[in-house]
Amino acid sequence: MKILLIEDDREAADYLERALNEAGHTAHVAGDGETGFTLADGGDYDVLIVDRMLPRRDGLSVVAGLRARGQRTPVLILSALGEVDDRVTGLKAGGDDYLTKPFAMSELLARIEVLNRRAGSGDVETVYRAGDLELDRLSHTVRRAGREITLQPREFRLLEYLMRHAGQVVTRTMLLENVWDYHFDPQTNVIDVHVSRLRGKIEKGFDKPLLHTVRGAGYMLKAG
Amino acid sequence: MRLPAIMKTTAARLSALYLLLFGACAVLLVIYMTSISVRIIAAQNQETIQEEARNLVRAYERGGIPRLVRVVEQRARQPGANLYLIADPNGRILSGNVESLQPGVLELEGWTQRPFAYERYGDTGLGQRAPAPEAARGGLPHTAMALVIRLPNRMILLVGRDLGEPERFRRVVQRALILALAFMGIGAFLIWFFVGRAALRRIDSISAASQRIMGGDLSGRLPVSGAGDEFDRLSANLNAMLTRISALNEGLKQVSDNIAHDLKTPLTRLRQRAESALAGSKDEVALREALEAAIAESDQLIRTFNAILMISRLEAGYSAESTDRIDLAGIIADVAELYEPVAEERGVTLETRIAKPQTVMANRELVAQALSNVVDNAIKYCAGHAAAPAVSIALDKADGEVRIVIADNGPGIPAEDRERATERFVRLEASRTQPGSGLGLSLARAVMTFHRGRLELADADPGLKVAMIFPAAGAAS
Repeated sequence: MKILLIEDDREAADYLERALNEAGHTAHVAGDGETGFTLADGGDYDVLIVDRMLPRRDGLSVVAGLRARGQRTPVLILSALGEVDDRVTGLKAGGDDYLTKPFAMSELLARIEVLNRRAGSGDVETVYRAGDLELDRLSHTVRRAGREITLQPREFRLLEYLMRHAGQVVTRTMLLENVWDYHFDPQTNVIDVHVSRLRGKIEKGFDKPLLHTVRGAGYMLKAG
Repeated sequence: MRLPAIMKTTAARLSALYLLLFGACAVLLVIYMTSISVRIIAAQNQETIQEEARNLVRAYERGGIPRLVRVVEQRARQPGANLYLIADPNGRILSGNVESLQPGVLELEGWTQRPFAYERYGDTGLGQRAPAPEAARGGLPHTAMALVIRLPNRMILLVGRDLGEPERFRRVVQRALILALAFMGIGAFLIWFFVGRAALRRIDSISAASQRIMGGDLSGRLPVSGAGDEFDRLSANLNAMLTRISALNEGLKQVSDNIAHDLKTPLTRLRQRAESALAGSKDEVALREALEAAIAESDQLIRTFNAILMISRLEAGYSAESTDRIDLAGIIADVAELYEPVAEERGVTLETRIAKPQTVMANRELVAQALSNVVDNAIKYCAGHAAAPAVSIALDKADGEVRIVIADNGPGIPAEDRERATERFVRLEASRTQPGSGLGLSLARAVMTFHRGRLELADADPGLKVAMIFPAAGAAS
């Protein structure tokens, strides 16, 4: 994946660049908003990572400017501000996702992966499949090897999200944000318990595990 | 222009201003009154003279010159008499009480245009009654106004009145004016001395006290005399402000103490972990574990830090976060659903009691966060405590206030600790061992304050009952 990182803090930018390269991406760094805007506008990037507070041109203005020029490249906004309204203004300016500093590298990697995939397939699939697991979004049914599995509505949405991002790492925060629509940090690992309950339902009586725990990152639904 | 030091005080300046103002008023008033009085006296004199002249002319018509002379001499002898003079056509004085007068007066006919000087018979014997300036007019001691009449036989009759009276009146008024001005000056000085200086002294004492307090003695208070006047009110208000500042200061100090404790402990732990990992075996697994523990520790720190920031922002009332009409029943259902698996895993029964939806103006995210903090606490504390641990979330409305009541049957909080329990960082000693930032209840309280509501802790007997109360005004019917 070709990534443009617009971040003015040299140390943070170096660290992120290295981590992104290690994860198999190609990362370019722009040190201020103006340079970032020019590079993003001319370059052919898969994902942009934009810090909110930048010298010469504010991060939100860069994103808004790109969107105004018809640039559709997915944008992940990084910010030290984490209040709900900050997130809302960030997304309104044209950002696709919002991550509050400090964050875990695994969280960032998982999110850009999802952003990139989302941009690639403008899909509206009605049936998700992973191995012998099948989720029908229209009839709201889940089957594994032809056998129907009964899920609670929330469990269904949880599985739906995991299956839509099958093969990708999905973090706990991403689940809380997308399945529950909450952006705060629940003190207890409530998400883990929900996931393990779901896992019990879709894996009990079957040999092959589908829902994997990715250590230090989150979960991944993967067949085989 | 530099004012003398004393004029820099408000009281002195006010006194001077009053003095100037009243003085000017007094002078104007006196000038006005004198001019009117003088005019009235002059008019009266004129009338008297005219009347007198008519009588004398009548006496002449009846008895000729001899009768006129008799009448004139009779009148001239009376005390305080007018001026009478009979002269022949050449201006030679024949009779009357005027010995000599300014030349030219007898050539006139009718009213004299301006006061003229004259001398009365016997003046030299009675002593000088007129002051020097008037004597300067041709050496004659008095001034008068008069009516000069030509009798049919070309004799001259003059009836006049001395002008000494209005002059005397003017002098009296002048003296009164000077006296009044002097009294005013003394009054202004006294006002400045007693009233102004007293007020100044109190302002100075307030100034001095403020300076002392600014010097660091925040426990100091401004003097209140007990008179209940504006200075007392000022002092009382400033004192109230000082009390508030002290309370805030105290809170700040407590917060920094707490931050020192709650952030320093994990930071120290973090440092020790890193240190021992460096010093210990170079086994990769051990190093990895140490690093993971360090990350977990810093995550906890970040969590605490975020909570502190959020509480401060909510308490400061600052937030562009808008509120919406939201149904609390929906949020309760959401949060209960979020925590239900955790509760079940720990053997806690989590139930909701919702009679009907209640709509309020609130921020969904904040309310959900506050509620999950409280529910999280409730589950944590009652798990393993009661035989059948249970947490209930109820939604009801009483007296216009919408309340979410979360009750558990855990150990509860002793009545004397309840107030403290929602303070920042306070994790009551007995529960120090439970994980968490210790900010759950504080954050919930801050959220309720933000919504102009309140958080109340009560005894659930057994256990703790937490009520999140939304104000009647904010509640939509």
